Amino acid sequence: MLHIYCPYCEEMREEEEFNPAGQAHIERPLQPEELSDEQWARYLFFRKNPRGLHHEMWVHAHGCRKYFNITRNTVTYQIMETYKMGLQPNITASKEG
Amino acid sequence: MSNLIQVESPLHHAQLDQLIGQSQSGGIIFHEAALFGHLNLRGNADDDAFLTGVQEVLDVALPTTACSSAKSESAQIMWLAPDEWLIVVASGSEYDVEEKLRATLKGHFAVSDISGAQTLIELSGMNVIDLMKKSTGYDLHLDSFPIGKVVGTTFAKAGAHILRLSEDKFQLVIRRSFSDYVWLWIQQSSKEYGLSIV
Ligand SMILES: [Zn+2]
Repeated sequence: MLHIYCPYCEEMREEEEFNPAGQAHIERPLQPEELSDEQWARYLFFRKNPRGLHHEMWVHAHGCRKYFNITRNTVTYQIMETYKMGLQPNITASKEG
Repeated sequence: MSNLIQVESPLHHAQLDQLIGQSQSGGIIFHEAALFGHLNLRGNADDDAFLTGVQEVLDVALPTTACSSAKSESAQIMWLAPDEWLIVVASGSEYDVEEKLRATLKGHFAVSDISGAQTLIELSGMNVIDLMKKSTGYDLHLDSFPIGKVVGTTFAKAGAHILRLSEDKFQLVIRRSFSDYVWLWIQQSSKEYGLSIV
């Protein structure tokens, strides 16, 4: 069972309280009508599936019901950091080398 | 209020009033704080006008620290999220309080009467910690769960907001649709301690 720090409740909580919500930092194109079908499909359907560091959204479903971000290692399940919506990660794959 | 309207708590069918006093020796003491007014308030905790407005109406400062609560003579407030609170007021006063909040607050806020969506139960007794340990993964030690703290977590896998009222007394906010399940769970899991209804 994962122990996850909710940046809004400001404490560690049991995994049972959370739900994963997919890849983080996906921005909706500001002018969707100017995109090609391929660009639009990429935005809608294409997701990263890295081996190693990944930035994901999770939601504290049974707690504050807020979405936030997690940097997680997909191999070891280790959670490197959690951070509020709108913020950028401190730990990235490029920084890790 | 019209006498034609009959309000029923989600645990009405359990006929708790007829169970009161049947067992005196239970290690678990159960009480439904039925039919209180529940108001959900959304707003910006960084907006001073919002905070003063709420304080003016409820006679107590809005708890803005994560997982905290506050109480005045007329209202109990629970922090739900950085921009969301639950306000519990006496049965029948929820419309008045809602109107006052609407009249006082300006700008971007929301207040919704959700009295029918959930109910309050209180658990106490000498075995209440044992029962809580079976029911929630949250650390019940007083260092992690002091009196007055409110946590949104799971209770027997159902969502609940748990407020610690004293060392051995907890108040749970549970959803209407889960209340029968939670009531059954409490009856079953308190079998080894005995259950008293008050
Ligand atoms: Zn939270």
